[in-house]
Amino acid sequence: MKAYETPYAKIPNNKAFPRGLDSLASGHRACQGCGEVLALRLLLKALGTDFIAVSATGCMEVCTAPFPQSAWRMPWIHVAFENAAAVASGVESATQILRKKGRGPDKRIPVVAIAGDGGTADIGIQALSGALERFHENFIYVCLDNEAYMNTGIQRSSETPFGANTTTSPSGSHSKGQTTWKKDMPAIAAAHGIPYVATANPAYHLDLMNKIRRAAAIEGPAYLHVYAPCPTGWRMKPELAVESGRLATMTRIFPLYEVLDGLYVINKKVDSPKPIEDYFKIQGRFKHLKPEDIAYIKKRVDSEYEDLVRLAETFPVPAPIAAEG
Amino acid sequence: MAKPIGLEVSLAVSEAVRLCDCDVVAAYPITPQTHIVEHLSELVANGHLNAAYIPVESEQSAMSSCIGSSAAGARTFTATSSQGLALMNEMLYIAPVLRTPIVMAIANRALSAPINIWNDHSDIMSVRDAGWVGLFAENGQEALDLTIVSFRVAEDRQVSLPVTLNIDGFTLSHFIEPILLPTLEEVAAYLPPFKPLVKLDIAKPISMGLLGTPESYAESRKATDDVLLGSLSVIKKAFAEFHKAFGREYKAVETYKSDDAETVLLTMGSISETAMTAVDEMREKGEKVGLVRLRVWRPFPSEDFLQAVSKAKNLAVIDRHISLGVPFGPVCLEAKSLLYDAPARPSVTNFILGLGGRDVTREDFKEITQKAKALSGKSQSRFDLIGVWE
Repeated sequence: MKAYETPYAKIPNNKAFPRGLDSLASGHRACQGCGEVLALRLLLKALGTDFIAVSATGCMEVCTAPFPQSAWRMPWIHVAFENAAAVASGVESATQILRKKGRGPDKRIPVVAIAGDGGTADIGIQALSGALERFHENFIYVCLDNEAYMNTGIQRSSETPFGANTTTSPSGSHSKGQTTWKKDMPAIAAAHGIPYVATANPAYHLDLMNKIRRAAAIEGPAYLHVYAPCPTGWRMKPELAVESGRLATMTRIFPLYEVLDGLYVINKKVDSPKPIEDYFKIQGRFKHLKPEDIAYIKKRVDSEYEDLVRLAETFPVPAPIAAEG
Repeated sequence: MAKPIGLEVSLAVSEAVRLCDCDVVAAYPITPQTHIVEHLSELVANGHLNAAYIPVESEQSAMSSCIGSSAAGARTFTATSSQGLALMNEMLYIAPVLRTPIVMAIANRALSAPINIWNDHSDIMSVRDAGWVGLFAENGQEALDLTIVSFRVAEDRQVSLPVTLNIDGFTLSHFIEPILLPTLEEVAAYLPPFKPLVKLDIAKPISMGLLGTPESYAESRKATDDVLLGSLSVIKKAFAEFHKAFGREYKAVETYKSDDAETVLLTMGSISETAMTAVDEMREKGEKVGLVRLRVWRPFPSEDFLQAVSKAKNLAVIDRHISLGVPFGPVCLEAKSLLYDAPARPSVTNFILGLGGRDVTREDFKEITQKAKALSGKSQSRFDLIGVWE
């Protein structure tokens, strides 16, 4: 079955928001206003508890599982930093063969690997590429992208945006901060020919939750790249995580889209973007940027958004898919 | 009675994995381990082994996948060597603490640099503190038998630890030997179905791999050490029951003509067969020499070792690895530290040989015996590297 035809239990509106216990329990030690744990909580809630979660080392692992406490209400394993995709490969293969041999539950069990941007785009990219290429049937990989190594103290990663000030890409008299452009992980994931790739953002919570439901329904590996606002690392007021998420999408900095069997859908069209300065001015990590830097970023952001629109127009999904509001 | 068949030792290990009805194999190719995993993938491809074969993209992912697979309740096997084992290093220290009973065959090979594909023990010695049970096979039959024993020990709920089965690369792994293949039924009677101690199960969710704060880290490490030390009795029981089921007897520490020996050679792995031939030849000439071989390396079989060597006048410890910057090899360090408190102890000397595939001959053991005798009662300041070109 085509990925875009695969039925899934879509949450149509806030009235249909899943009830009951959160799959990620409260009482974890995430920072005040953390947008990453918000995204994680929503993603897990969308799936319930009939799945197995695999975490890479990072903020979400440290703050949810200090022995003897754990916030995870489904079976959960953490092994190391760079290998969430490989651990999940093993879990997924085991659940499949045990089902086949009559020693495990006779149903599909999604295996969800969760890692940060460093654990995905830098140290974990080899394990991720291997797992995607091997085409594990019940494999979902979630990158929670807070755009730097926050757990170790805000060091730059290959997902840190151009111009951002981090502790290893400091702005100074001889530097603008991060001097490289953000690595395009969704494109890299899509290049593996997997059935489902999507970007998501906790500021668009139903879209986010529906994307992991769709990922679980589709047979074959899925990759979700999730925007994870980090007030601590971005030098932002803790109440602004959701606001920054809305601005990221509405300025075209973080577009919401899906790639289904290689076909592109833009979930949130942004024909008239908000001023990009609105996004930068609420975050201390960009406060040193000069007007010409911002102009450069805007030009490239717009150009990349237009590329995406062209992809969606050139490779459209045949069945109509409603854009999430 | 079954008859032995001619089988390459690597393939014998794979056949043992088939006989154990292994569920998941995750492996990455590296010389000289390749024949083991090639044959396993053939067995899966031809339906002789009902397992998932995960052709991972590195050894780091091989061990990571094995941890995930074992944690999910699947009987899990991998094999590697040298650089591959080194690349797994980080995960090797995690698997025991997560109590994942993976079985891993290591076709022992020298570590780089210089790059070298031939046999010594530098790979396994680099991870000797990781917390795995470690067994050394001497010949092909033993490699097959110990593979089966490894699963039984690993999965015993008192143990639930990963096991390395060490077979010397090329000098054992690539030899064709007459080997008795047990039947599936015989192995099933010896090896009970895998019932994991801990398991990722949607019906009973648990969390594995939590953060160990200063309040819990030490306790976790000690708990793993307690289990590893305690596994020796399980290993011995597994050997005893293997003897009963298959008629082949294995001990943690093997002795050969050592009871009345003045000089005892201490070895691990396949060079022990050459050493036994050398012992026979020296005995014929009236030399009171014997051999002690460690089959179990981790947990270190301290009491069995002391019992086997304490009556000797001289103990020549043979290492296959240089612990750079330390005067003695790792096996010698274990021997010396245990003997320090022994009421009667032999004069201990250390010889290193067979590095990076350098041939090990009977003459080497004769030279070692003479040197150990000459050094008797004297202090050796550093290991003696046998056969080195100055």
